[in-house]
Amino acid sequence: MAKATDRAAGDKGSNRPKLALHVPEPRYRPGDTVDFSHLGITEPGAQPRPDETAEARETYPLCDDLIRVLGDDDKAHGPWDPRLDADTLRRMLREMALVRAFDNRMYRAQRQGKTSFYMKCTGEEATSVCATHALAGDDMIFPSYRQQGCLIARGYELTEMVNQIYSNKGDKLKGRQLPIMYCSKRLSFFSISGNLATQLPQATGFAMASASKGDSRIAATWVGEGSTAEGDFHSALTFATVYNAPVIFNVINNQWAISSFSGFAGAERATFAARAIGYGMAGLRVDGNDPLAVYAAERWAADRARSNGGPTLIEHFTYRAEGHSTSDDPSQYRSAEERGEWTLGDPVMRLKDHLIALGEWSEEQQEAQDAELDDMVKAAMKEGEKNGILGHGLHHPFATMFEDVFEELPWHLEEQSEQAIREREIKFPEGLKK
Amino acid sequence: MSEAMEAQDAAAGEGGETKHMNMIEAINSALDCMLAKDDDVILLGEDIGYFGGVFRCTAGLQEKYGKTRVFDTPISECGIIGVAVGMGAYGLRPVPEIQFADYIYPGLDQLISEAARLRYRSAGEFIAPMTVRSPFGGGIFGGQTHSQSPEAIFTHVAGLKTVIPATPYDAKGLLISCIEDNDPVIFFEPKRIYNGPFDGYYDRPAKNWKGREDAQVPEGYYSIPLGKARTVTEGDQLTILAYGTMVHVAEAVCREKGVEAEILDLRTLVPLDIEAIEASVERTGRCLIVHEATRTSGFGAELSALVTERCFYHLEAPVERVTGFDTPYPHSLEWAYFPGPVRIGEAIDKILQD
Repeated sequence: MAKATDRAAGDKGSNRPKLALHVPEPRYRPGDTVDFSHLGITEPGAQPRPDETAEARETYPLCDDLIRVLGDDDKAHGPWDPRLDADTLRRMLREMALVRAFDNRMYRAQRQGKTSFYMKCTGEEATSVCATHALAGDDMIFPSYRQQGCLIARGYELTEMVNQIYSNKGDKLKGRQLPIMYCSKRLSFFSISGNLATQLPQATGFAMASASKGDSRIAATWVGEGSTAEGDFHSALTFATVYNAPVIFNVINNQWAISSFSGFAGAERATFAARAIGYGMAGLRVDGNDPLAVYAAERWAADRARSNGGPTLIEHFTYRAEGHSTSDDPSQYRSAEERGEWTLGDPVMRLKDHLIALGEWSEEQQEAQDAELDDMVKAAMKEGEKNGILGHGLHHPFATMFEDVFEELPWHLEEQSEQAIREREIKFPEGLKK
Repeated sequence: MSEAMEAQDAAAGEGGETKHMNMIEAINSALDCMLAKDDDVILLGEDIGYFGGVFRCTAGLQEKYGKTRVFDTPISECGIIGVAVGMGAYGLRPVPEIQFADYIYPGLDQLISEAARLRYRSAGEFIAPMTVRSPFGGGIFGGQTHSQSPEAIFTHVAGLKTVIPATPYDAKGLLISCIEDNDPVIFFEPKRIYNGPFDGYYDRPAKNWKGREDAQVPEGYYSIPLGKARTVTEGDQLTILAYGTMVHVAEAVCREKGVEAEILDLRTLVPLDIEAIEASVERTGRCLIVHEATRTSGFGAELSALVTERCFYHLEAPVERVTGFDTPYPHSLEWAYFPGPVRIGEAIDKILQD
């Protein structure tokens, strides 16, 4: 059998230099001391803000920069300051805190065996909550799996989320999706797929359809930085620029794709925002832990899309403070110091401190709100648990397993449905064991 | 007359005046009809706009309906099918064209993980009412990248419908049903018979659709329900299950051998007309399955299993399959690969020997 290293005759003794394969390696592994000073974080307020209708190329210096608004003094700076009123800021703060409270409770629920799986978005709350505030309520969201903040910002009932996570009889997705893979047509929140980046061409198609109908709705989609390596990412960007589709691509660069650092998606060579340049699309790189900067960038892109300026790619530079999911243990592959040393801070704390600096909030109010939100989540969980938890009981009629494969039930599914129902009494005479 | 044929005749009544069409013209007519009938129908694919498609199936439609309803796309099957999913979510009825079925694989994830499961995973909140059109099959010296028959892959995916016409009349009526269907459909067009039926003899003069009843196509709207097979010929000696080009090859073989076979053109593989299959096999007691695709795990395996499970006590001989070989499609040896009259004839002799 031929070996891969076999060389053609005549190559023997060649004095050509040896090639070397580069395999990326993150800066810090467990036990390492962390120093993020190499990131070269720029001064808040120092970044220029082109007009929303500017040529895409005017945004290209921003693809390598980092749009920031909130400074160390907790005040807003520069042309990207969205000048939001205090009520809006308080609402965003409340929703981000609610996402965090919900995540914490649901994480514990998973550990208690009430469901199979959960994914927190700790540290990334601004990238969903504040971005959603910059969109119109009926703009279509094509999320990835860490955008629970979009749903919460649109006022989705917490109990509905709990029902979905528990796959119980109240789950309107009939217990078919993994926990956290929500869907709400009413709130223009598209069904989540576990196959990565598939939502990007879909968002582009939705935006193209809206444009072709002369509608005013735009689409926004979220993807992790690791998934930008998927072919769908590139197909979507090509289609979006070719047809000038009114779509916003939010790339959440949280530094880690499970255990693979962002270098495996190409971060050593270029920023993710810079991907926009090759497509002739507007691109912005934004401090993803700065709620005001996230809002401002998303609003800029939404206004641009709505005025037929075309698509925008936004890289939200942030950090995944927790594990990828409940099935992940980040202590096995990254330094425990990373989270604490993350130089862009925590989005909830930054917005809280900003509101306090404005004289519109206090530590006491924050504490009281946190307690109130925790109670709210507990109540929603209790309500959801009345409908059952995963693995305890057969929550959905067996026939539902065969519904919605097609609009109408064909003969083969009808036969299989009858079989499942027939087997029920043999397999589960008293239901699933508790 | 079978129920299916009655339904077919009833539906045809709506179409008005008939005109002689080949398969390409019939497909074009179906698209024209649906673009006119429903503003939400939108056509997209490589080269389908100004040029009218490499096989001319979309000729003249961009001129008639404008560039926002019939347009060219980048060369990206994943993009074409992915944006169609999004368009469906918006409320459109996209009809994407994949230039050759061999090129559908880069779009497979969007088809099988997304389009096919969207209704299920969203419990009916979102649907993907798209019809992916694609020429398939061999017999045109297309080599290994322009000749494949990948239909079995799609029949294995829950949530997808697979439709394959064998005549111009069916091509139009079935395509209209597919576009109106609220589920994602793969509509495979047997390109060997775009311009005329094929009897399997590569060295005989090429035939065209002229003078054939099944090429008389109503100019207006009519539809043929999905999931209903067509009885091509009636006969008592054996049942032949076929679709696409192979319907015509099987028919020619039986005619030349003087075999009285009941040939069923399945028309749709999912949903499958199991009633027609059972009724026929129970009557004839013998069954031959013919398709161009490779043999192992081909759709013939599914048909064979179904017939064996459901008609075993009526069978007088083992179910036989005639298929392509389990190799990629060879360019220069195309006619040795193609499951033509010799292979079909031998199988018929074997089935009828006892």
